[in-house]
Amino acid sequence: MNVFDIIGPVMIGPSSSHTAGAARIGHIARQLLQEEPAAAQIVLYGSFAKTYKGHGTDKALIAGILGMEPDDPRLRFSPRIAREQGLDVALSTGELAEGHPNTAVLTLTGRHGGTITVRGSSIGGGNIVIDAINGMPVHISGQHPSLIVQHRDRPGVIAEVTDQLADHGVNICNFTLSRRQKGGVAVMTIEMDGGLDEELAARVRALPDVMLCVTLLP
Amino acid sequence: MPEELNYHSLAGLVAAAETAGQPLSALVLRQQAAQLEQTEEEVFHHMEENFRVMAACIEPGCDPDLRSASGLTGGDACKMRRRVEEGKNLTGPVMGGALYRALAVSELNAAMGRIVAAPTAGSCGILPAVLLTMQERGATEHDCVMSMFTASAVGLVIAENACLAGAQGGCQAECGSAAAMAAAALVELGGGTPRMLDDAVAIALKCQLGLVCDPVAGLVEIPCIKRNAAGASIAFMAAELALAGIGSRIPADEVILAMRRVGNTMPSALKETAEGGLAATPTACRLCKQVFG
Ligand code: SF4
Repeated sequence: MNVFDIIGPVMIGPSSSHTAGAARIGHIARQLLQEEPAAAQIVLYGSFAKTYKGHGTDKALIAGILGMEPDDPRLRFSPRIAREQGLDVALSTGELAEGHPNTAVLTLTGRHGGTITVRGSSIGGGNIVIDAINGMPVHISGQHPSLIVQHRDRPGVIAEVTDQLADHGVNICNFTLSRRQKGGVAVMTIEMDGGLDEELAARVRALPDVMLCVTLLP
Repeated sequence: MPEELNYHSLAGLVAAAETAGQPLSALVLRQQAAQLEQTEEEVFHHMEENFRVMAACIEPGCDPDLRSASGLTGGDACKMRRRVEEGKNLTGPVMGGALYRALAVSELNAAMGRIVAAPTAGSCGILPAVLLTMQERGATEHDCVMSMFTASAVGLVIAENACLAGAQGGCQAECGSAAAMAAAALVELGGGTPRMLDDAVAIALKCQLGLVCDPVAGLVEIPCIKRNAAGASIAFMAAELALAGIGSRIPADEVILAMRRVGNTMPSALKETAEGGLAATPTACRLCKQVFG
């Protein structure tokens, strides 16, 4: 912790968990989509579903999807900005059996037809965790530079990726791997202390079994 | 050695400042620069930015037409400010100024304005209220920004030994900590000794010990906004007493631990769940229906 964890961050109110955290979830979902979003389907759960109107959780999520940071003063006008920019938003609430109470599931469709479903929870103090992408369990805090790598589940792929990181002098602080079935598609989530750049991402992307590699910067 | 400065106890920080013969803020700035691997100028500049965001909250926060997203609050800072500017308020421009500024920043937060969490969004009005009032009374911006390092150091000690979130420790941890931080900043701005800083923190926290977190409809509005005004006045009271040489018989570090124990024994209905306290009153239930249907 440092002094700016005590006095800071600069944010749009009223709530670090229900507003600032929600904006971060939306922002990460947009980065994962990797293109301009054309449509967003937002489903709110738990206390997000109960209190979103009073906390502006919906506006914060839309702002994040539009690429705004949690301190962007335009945040509260985001529904109007979405309309102006041609982003189609559908909002609903649902019941989640398990998981954190402040949860949102965002399904984004891009202008070029790409689509992604991201589940994120706000865990307090503006901190968040993305725990599923396209139904695959992941763990992204958004606090560290991260690589999200979708790849074919073959022996040696993890080593190939982590070798690239080691070559680049990058230290891994968190690693998760998930897959639906053996030999199918798997997702690696790699959080690191620093040193993530486009060159490293391009090298990982060039590996034969890697299908997709997205970088997330905090 | 400033690099070895730590935030385990306030007594430790006070002793370090006494030994160095320097204000606590100078020690904290030096240590933070080392920790963040930045220059002191860069760290100071970052804090100065935060101070300016705080200052920019006052005018929009005093807009008479300001309303929160829920429609429950807004427009009160303007009323308080008018009374102060007309010279009619009972306690003069310092207390009056602190009250309207605390309301302004908190109401702006509720209305989805841009604020600085200090230490949280719910308690974001207390520190700017006291600092900007001191600036109006002649304190330089530089001194106000420096005093924020002292305030943060108090927050770091509380975070290490108790907590800063209403959901975890009740409002004593949120508005209570903000008032303690603000009191420490005031003692430094008032030319007090490091020892007085400890006393002011202890006094501010003692006066809010046991305060529950019971936001109506779960929104950071009622009673939060008025608790910011209360926190600002408690900060001034605590600093005034300490600067007069009035000590706290219970040292700040022990008050912080007491606060932690009180927070731990508080039932969850009184920790931000909106199931107890003011949130469970008939009027609160009616307001909740009005907002959420
Ligand atoms: S009542 Fe709860 S939400 Fe409101 S300011 Fe206090 S701690 Fe924060």
